[in-house]
Amino acid sequence: MGLASQHKKLEKNINLLAIGSFIAVAIGGIVEIAPLFWIDNTIEEVEGMRPYTPLEQAGRNIYVREGCYACHSQMIRPFRDEVERYGHYSLAAESMYDHPFQWGSKRTGPDLARVGGRYSDEWHVQHLEDPQSVVPESIMPQYSFLGDAPLETENAADMLIALRRVGVPYSESDIEQAMADIILQADPDSGGDVEDFQQRYPKAQVRDYDGDPSRVTEMDAIVAYLQMLGTLVDVDSAAAQERLAEEKGR
Amino acid sequence: MQAEAALGRVGLWFGVLLISIILAATARDTGFAAHATIIAVVAFVLMWMSAARFDPMGKARGFFRMPEGLSRYDDDPIRWGVLATMFWALVGLLAGVFIASQLAFPQLNFEPYFNFGRVRPLHTSAVIFAFGGNILIASSFYVVQRTCRAQLAFPTLARFVFWGYQLFIVLAASGYLFGVTQSREYAEPEWYVDLWLTIVWVAYLIVFVGTLARRTEPHIYVANWFYLSFIITIAMLHIVNNLAVPVAWNGSLSFSAFAGVQDALTQWWYGHNAVAFFLTVPFLAMMYYFVPKQAERPVYSYRLSIIHFWSLIFLYIWAGPHHLHYTALPDWAQTLGMVFSVILWMPSWGGMINGLMTLNGAWDKVRTDPIIRMMVMALAFYGMATFEGPMLSIKAVNSLSHYTDWTVGHVHSGALGWNGLISFAAVYFLVPRLWKRERMYSLRMINWHFWLATLGIVFYAASMWVAGITQGLMWREYGADGYLVNSFAETVAALHELYIIRALGGVMYLSGAIIMGYNVWMTIAGRLREEAPMGAMPDYDPDKDRPIVRPATPEPAE
Repeated sequence: MGLASQHKKLEKNINLLAIGSFIAVAIGGIVEIAPLFWIDNTIEEVEGMRPYTPLEQAGRNIYVREGCYACHSQMIRPFRDEVERYGHYSLAAESMYDHPFQWGSKRTGPDLARVGGRYSDEWHVQHLEDPQSVVPESIMPQYSFLGDAPLETENAADMLIALRRVGVPYSESDIEQAMADIILQADPDSGGDVEDFQQRYPKAQVRDYDGDPSRVTEMDAIVAYLQMLGTLVDVDSAAAQERLAEEKGR
Repeated sequence: MQAEAALGRVGLWFGVLLISIILAATARDTGFAAHATIIAVVAFVLMWMSAARFDPMGKARGFFRMPEGLSRYDDDPIRWGVLATMFWALVGLLAGVFIASQLAFPQLNFEPYFNFGRVRPLHTSAVIFAFGGNILIASSFYVVQRTCRAQLAFPTLARFVFWGYQLFIVLAASGYLFGVTQSREYAEPEWYVDLWLTIVWVAYLIVFVGTLARRTEPHIYVANWFYLSFIITIAMLHIVNNLAVPVAWNGSLSFSAFAGVQDALTQWWYGHNAVAFFLTVPFLAMMYYFVPKQAERPVYSYRLSIIHFWSLIFLYIWAGPHHLHYTALPDWAQTLGMVFSVILWMPSWGGMINGLMTLNGAWDKVRTDPIIRMMVMALAFYGMATFEGPMLSIKAVNSLSHYTDWTVGHVHSGALGWNGLISFAAVYFLVPRLWKRERMYSLRMINWHFWLATLGIVFYAASMWVAGITQGLMWREYGADGYLVNSFAETVAALHELYIIRALGGVMYLSGAIIMGYNVWMTIAGRLREEAPMGAMPDYDPDKDRPIVRPATPEPAE
């Protein structure tokens, strides 16, 4: 039989078999993944995206460390119910500085892509310390230890340098002032140049988040991160882009 | 000469010990320090063993015993692998029952180390990479030797693969509890753990290919195509997906090389093919060896095995984007992922049919042999899961099912039904042969295990179907007033009872595995349980097989 006798060659030669199976598995990935890096409308151009401030990024690291993605998505799909429940559907540009992405795959809890500004800082702190005290039906674990853990700030500059190596456009002054920026954003009374900070990080929210201005805790960082989620991009300007894309037939 | 070699080994481990102590002392975070400490402990034990082992008489003894001569299969690493499989199965299933209970009763979260977010990757990694990985390494070493009629190549390297892999598991699992994670599903271990796994994996490839090269059979048996493809593809996926830049050489934190949409697709290209090339392809290899062996029938179709092997590995890689339907991933990629996922149904069922039809002429064994019964049930669940998968990858279905427990149920009918049962069957096959026992301690206990596991899966999958569809429908429910009916909290509260049923299913599945642990233990101890054989005819005594003749009673006098 043709097929079977042809295949005998592969069955008798390890190299052919190994190379053949490698080629078979390489094709799909190349065709699907590689174009995402050069097709330019993969990530739409939007107003307002900027890298995370060091405090927000530190909060994001805590989000990653605690495995929040296991229960919370950060990706609103373009359905009526999701848009009404969570806000405008998520754009690719909104996670362009997310290393790693945290879109998630399960909503045991609600989507968090646009949770920023929806609740007060006090609500977030109390909710993280004891979720059932504000949402009785909640099955979320308690995270009260975040309020007691001082935020590690020593690594701030190294963190930004590593992020710059993977393509996040932090400037030299961002990196030099990384540690000071963390303290400044969580405690504006500490005496830093808030104006310069907000120039470098537009729309950055500067205040004490955890109710204890005397020190910067992990609670400050995670709340700062949650409060900025989905607040950067002017979604209306993106809508114009979408129409433009349609007209151009891209 | 020997003294010098022993001294060299002691020195090597002493060096590793020193380096890890320095790393532990200068580490930037506690997780990294804890990992350096684990490595220090391992290095100390190895150093102590190298020193203690400098005993020419005792050379044959000990953990690192080498095979004696080429005329024997090298089964020591396989015996350890089977024991490790059993151990990690119990750990992983216990972690699963624990987190399932957390979702029903949130009071069971103990911050920070035992919060759901940290234990959940411990569960998934323990069952996939520890339980699954160990049975794959052990069974591949067993199968490749038997089907090549050759001893395992590079015995030292094979031992390194086993122990190195266990170290990887310990580092990964303990890392999650310390908060050392990349939070990319099924690729959670941090950069240095990934580097370690890469080294172990290359060693695994060398041992496997080396053994194939030694074969005395002209043909490479079909099971080995699957194992080979598994080892090569996992290496490719693991390396590409885990490209990352660490913040510091003495800290655990790293950042993924890709961001946002590219990171998402790379991750699900990896994630879906962890399902494909870790949980499907090598388990099919197990099927191609253990099912024909246990049934004592040849594989149903050689040509079908060729067709379904090549189409399966070619098509599976494309299916990743179905995890990202309706997200910010470009539509063309989503559609491509959906189309290939649906096509994938065919080669998947090709494998199932080839396995099931192998039983042609031996179907009666399903009644008498609980191991065959377990294999058949595993294949049935494989067929069911590979039908459900393509269905869930259709965008319209996915719009309801995505983000809900339906996905969780789907994964578990595949993992518990297919991977779990076929692995258990393989262990039941291997243990009497590896420890030279007549049979397992108890076949009746295998039967109990079978029914507990099957019922457990039914409870699990059914409750998660209901939970998923309930949740999906409640999220999108609109009232007559044109507003959303349910708050998110209400959709959480609605699932409480279903989460309890799911945990109960998990407890049943775990109980089955505990019975198995006992059974394996007693078999290795050399015991045979006295019990009625399964499916045999009830005692037949020809002397009793006759009518009863009443003794003639005297007629009463008139």
